[in-house]
Amino acid sequence: MRGLKKLFTTGLIGSARRSRGVQRFMLITGLVLTAAFLLLAALAPILAPYGFAQLQDSHGYFGSQQPPSSAHLLGTTVGGMDVLSRVLWGSQTALLVIVFAVAMSIFAGVILGLLSGYFGGWLDRILVVVADAVFAFPSLLLAIALSIVISGGRSGLFSGILATASSITVVYIPQYFRVVRAETLRTKNEAFVESAKVLGASHTRIMFRHIFRNATRTLPLIMTLNASEAILTLAGLGFLGFGIDPTMGAEWGYDLNRSVADVSAGIWWTSVFPGVAIVLVVLGITLVGESLNDLADPRLRNRRAANLDELEVAQGGDSA
Amino acid sequence: MSKSKVSLVGFFKSPLLRYLAIRFLLILPTVFILVSMVFFVMRAIGDPITAALGGRLTPDELHKRIHAAGYDRPVWVQYLEFLGQVARLDFGRTLTTNQSIGEVFATYGMATLELSVYAIIIALLVGIPLGMIAARNRDTVKDASARLFAILAYATPVFFVGLLLKLIFGVAIPILPIAGRASVSDELLLQTVPNASGFFLIDALRTGDAGLILDVLSHAVLPALALGLLTAGIFLRLVRTNMIGTLSMDYVDAARSRGVSEYRLTRKHAYKPALIPVITVIGMQIAVLLSGAVLTETTFEWKGLGFQLSSFLNARDFVAVQGIVALLAVIVAVTNFIVDVIAALIDPRIKF
Amino acid sequence: MTSKPGEQVLSIENLQVAFATDAGTVNAVNGVSLEVRAGEVLAVVGESGSGKSVTARSVLRLLPSTAVTRGAIYLAGRDVLKLDREQLRQARGRDAAMVFQEPSLALNPVYTVGWQIIEGLRAHTPKGQRFDAKAARAKAIEILGKVGIPEPEVRIDYYPHQFSGGQKQRVVIACALVLEPKLILADEPTTALDVTVQAEILDLLRTARELTGAAIVLITHNMGVVADMADRVAVMYQGQLVEQAEVHELFANPKQQYTKRLLAAVPRIGQSAKPAFTADASVPPTVRAENLEVVYPGRFGRPGFKAVAGVNFEIHAGEVVGLVGESGSGKTTIGRAMVGLAKATGGSMKVLGFDVVGAKARQFKAVADQVGFVFQDPASSFNPLLTVGEAIAEPMLVHKVQASVAAARADIEALLAAVQLPVEYFDRYPHELSGGQRQRASLARALALKPKLVIADEPTSALDVSVQAKVLELFAKLQREFGFACLFITHDLAVVDQIAHRVLVMHRGELVEQGETRDVLTNPQQQYTKRLVQSSPIADPTLQRAKAAARH
Repeated sequence: MRGLKKLFTTGLIGSARRSRGVQRFMLITGLVLTAAFLLLAALAPILAPYGFAQLQDSHGYFGSQQPPSSAHLLGTTVGGMDVLSRVLWGSQTALLVIVFAVAMSIFAGVILGLLSGYFGGWLDRILVVVADAVFAFPSLLLAIALSIVISGGRSGLFSGILATASSITVVYIPQYFRVVRAETLRTKNEAFVESAKVLGASHTRIMFRHIFRNATRTLPLIMTLNASEAILTLAGLGFLGFGIDPTMGAEWGYDLNRSVADVSAGIWWTSVFPGVAIVLVVLGITLVGESLNDLADPRLRNRRAANLDELEVAQGGDSA
Repeated sequence: MSKSKVSLVGFFKSPLLRYLAIRFLLILPTVFILVSMVFFVMRAIGDPITAALGGRLTPDELHKRIHAAGYDRPVWVQYLEFLGQVARLDFGRTLTTNQSIGEVFATYGMATLELSVYAIIIALLVGIPLGMIAARNRDTVKDASARLFAILAYATPVFFVGLLLKLIFGVAIPILPIAGRASVSDELLLQTVPNASGFFLIDALRTGDAGLILDVLSHAVLPALALGLLTAGIFLRLVRTNMIGTLSMDYVDAARSRGVSEYRLTRKHAYKPALIPVITVIGMQIAVLLSGAVLTETTFEWKGLGFQLSSFLNARDFVAVQGIVALLAVIVAVTNFIVDVIAALIDPRIKF
Repeated sequence: MTSKPGEQVLSIENLQVAFATDAGTVNAVNGVSLEVRAGEVLAVVGESGSGKSVTARSVLRLLPSTAVTRGAIYLAGRDVLKLDREQLRQARGRDAAMVFQEPSLALNPVYTVGWQIIEGLRAHTPKGQRFDAKAARAKAIEILGKVGIPEPEVRIDYYPHQFSGGQKQRVVIACALVLEPKLILADEPTTALDVTVQAEILDLLRTARELTGAAIVLITHNMGVVADMADRVAVMYQGQLVEQAEVHELFANPKQQYTKRLLAAVPRIGQSAKPAFTADASVPPTVRAENLEVVYPGRFGRPGFKAVAGVNFEIHAGEVVGLVGESGSGKTTIGRAMVGLAKATGGSMKVLGFDVVGAKARQFKAVADQVGFVFQDPASSFNPLLTVGEAIAEPMLVHKVQASVAAARADIEALLAAVQLPVEYFDRYPHELSGGQRQRASLARALALKPKLVIADEPTSALDVSVQAKVLELFAKLQREFGFACLFITHDLAVVDQIAHRVLVMHRGELVEQGETRDVLTNPQQQYTKRLVQSSPIADPTLQRAKAAARH
């Protein structure tokens, strides 16, 4: 974990310092959006005016499809729930799904990729074919099938989150697998790994002391991709009616599904707010990922032009 | 090098043929894995008859149906039977509507194909030029806007794009139809076209009726945009990165040193090497496109495979789902093969 | 388009180039002034970072956008830095053309070589005149023939990957020559090539100059190439021009301290004074290879590639054996087979009594503590996430000589001292070290367990010549102190001469000649060895020119 922490501190903060212009703007916007998302998810119980499944308060029922008002800042849904509260609570669901999905797929993908890339042979060939097959397949369909298997299609908050996260995991393991395997193959042929082999170091030592940390340097980038895809898949599942039961948890995709009919009637607040929430979170995470990618790749990193005047001043001292 | 007469594959004199053969054989394990995965995932739910008709039949009748369909046999027997069917390209019959999967594809496949074709065209027309402009004008406002557009296109779920397009062009400025593939009357008219292909635009063009063509096209605009923009963002980012990469290659500098114009450097030297990977990615996008099609078709009531799949799912008709998904797997594998072959033929660097 | 002899074709006045980097602005070229006259070859020499390449590239304004240039560069009478876009485009290729270091990168892989040659002609079609495709093709075929591509009328439609490295460089030169430039800027044109190919390419450049009268600016770090080719030499160091002189004058009477050091560092055959070696007959040889064969398996049922075939040699205790050959000769494969990095498939090779042929990876551990290996690339031979101390401790920890890095500290500090690195480097990360320092650390790691055998795979070929000299000196000193036997793999005959008691010459997987180093290098018996010795340029213009003349 020390390595991971270092990766993030030197990675993110270092990146922010090295970045310039458009790239700095992208990175900072991304970080701000992501931080806001994390904060809202953490504080949803305090910030949300009502519960996610609340239909009434002391003044009676909220009413269905009410336009934004002082009581309901973002209006109410067709089911008579407060849109603002559902948007806020929805961030919590999204965060939980991301955390579970990313954690599980990293774990499995990294281990498999490392073993497969390092040992090669039949295990490698089989895993590559399987990963390619899964990768080439429409991920949403796979996620639907798995969510039906795991939860029967509709379920409570925790089992729903787990079901969604697991189906996303299965779909994204191949991605981590491919990346880590490729990096392992590359690292495996570096002189320092060969040097360890010549020394007679054991496979375990070579894999974990020499390859593991070098092959997982790009993980923060894939994690951001994985996280955004997790949200999009979660929303897609919800939109098709295979997500989390509305009485068990708030989920943006489900709310969008319920708002399809509203749109034709010109009722915009039920769809726009949860939709914008999805867009902003994915945007934030993707911006962070894109900037990390740019900054890590010297070809993509933007640099200012040199300034000769600045140089001449600096040289004044040591031109003896 | 080609002293391979003794070897087994020495039979293939041409390395290209050998590549084609090997690549073609690779379809089989892919299809096998996917089909098996689909089968076991769907079976893990239990028998499809209980899932579909569980509430509506008495236990006795249910049992009879299950027995008649053979779902009480051991799973591996069913699995082998299913594999045998797939090998004969028989993907089963739906439970709820009692159609063969082949019929479902014949009825709805064209609609999805039509939508996908529009979407790919939009994606290529938007993604590739914008990607090139962004790469040529790196780190300028043009580049930043193009990239922001790409990221937004990716970050916005297709169905939300769909809903927004509906709100804007269907409700706020009602100029475009927001559901279906054609107006009801026109749809009936299209079915009377002799040898109708099901590809509405082609059928409408064959009638030569301008009103009909316009109606079909206007219905396609919003769904095609929703689905196309998603993929456009992916193409834009890919083209941009590849162009920046190729523009920094030594051979571009070498051509520059010979007096080749900057315009030609981008148009000739960077263009081709940067676009070859795009072809491969188009192949990979088939999967993304199909996922997107399910959502887009649901949003716009576009009566295609995705719409149909989603209604089979809601009806818990898992035999239909299994069949459709398995056939899609075959289609995806074959498309990827074709795309890989095209990429290999175009790229002179690929040595076999 | 040829210019009269003696006419000035290039004049650089007080050139300054700076780059923006993460660490701030870096000055690459600082106040360089040069002049090139028609028909002459000016060699610009210097080590990496001296600014020689940047100087050459700025003549055609081929620097990245992060660079800022000042001064004046007069090419064909006009200041390149003041040309507008179109004027600059026209000047490129016509007033000066460029030949690049890496021929495989300088050609676009997706277009035929003919297309790329003709493209230059198309770019230089005068305004208002129709481009004659037929004539251009004829011209391209003609120039391909002239640069020595056989069957040019067929090969013109080949893609770059269908040519060998040397042929690709010929094509790159053809691309330049077809435009009949007044000046050819050759940026390390032979560095990526084998020495026999290098000799051919240098001959080609010489012929090109004689035929077209073009001036050549030859950027190189190789003093042998300078001695072979140059009329005048400009020596650069840290962005500045240190010395400029006629070639014989420079080699005979270097004026500046830096030039003297540079020339002294160049290894020369017949210069070293190492003690003679006599093998102790009572001790069995450290390595004995009999009929050794290494075959890399082929894919998809194709036959394998025979990298090493029927090789016999011995390395005795305390003996340094040089293994020379060009790329693809199998020399590296032999070194790697000794430690199990390549799989020996036939014959036998006993390393310290252990037969590596047919051995499993695990079994190598038995001798691993007695064998050290030094890799070629200093950039990748250290795990970037471990400190130098941790890396050197690895052999001790793996073989349980020491329990922890901390416990090994004293030993490691002694090793660092032995390879002349400050002990503070214990806690440094590899990227904080220079290439030469990393190779020293690499030596320390190889020697950590006091091995009986060290295999050094081109340990100095990625280093600058002055650094190489110091590392070689250190290597020889350590070899005497530790007394290990050594297989020293290199492509550089002069390096072998300096370090090895005996030499093995490999060619296409076979051992063509072996013997006492001095004998083999001064009196080669085999055809290939003769050619190799002939092709290796000597860093002495008089000797080298006599040798080159004898070759023709």
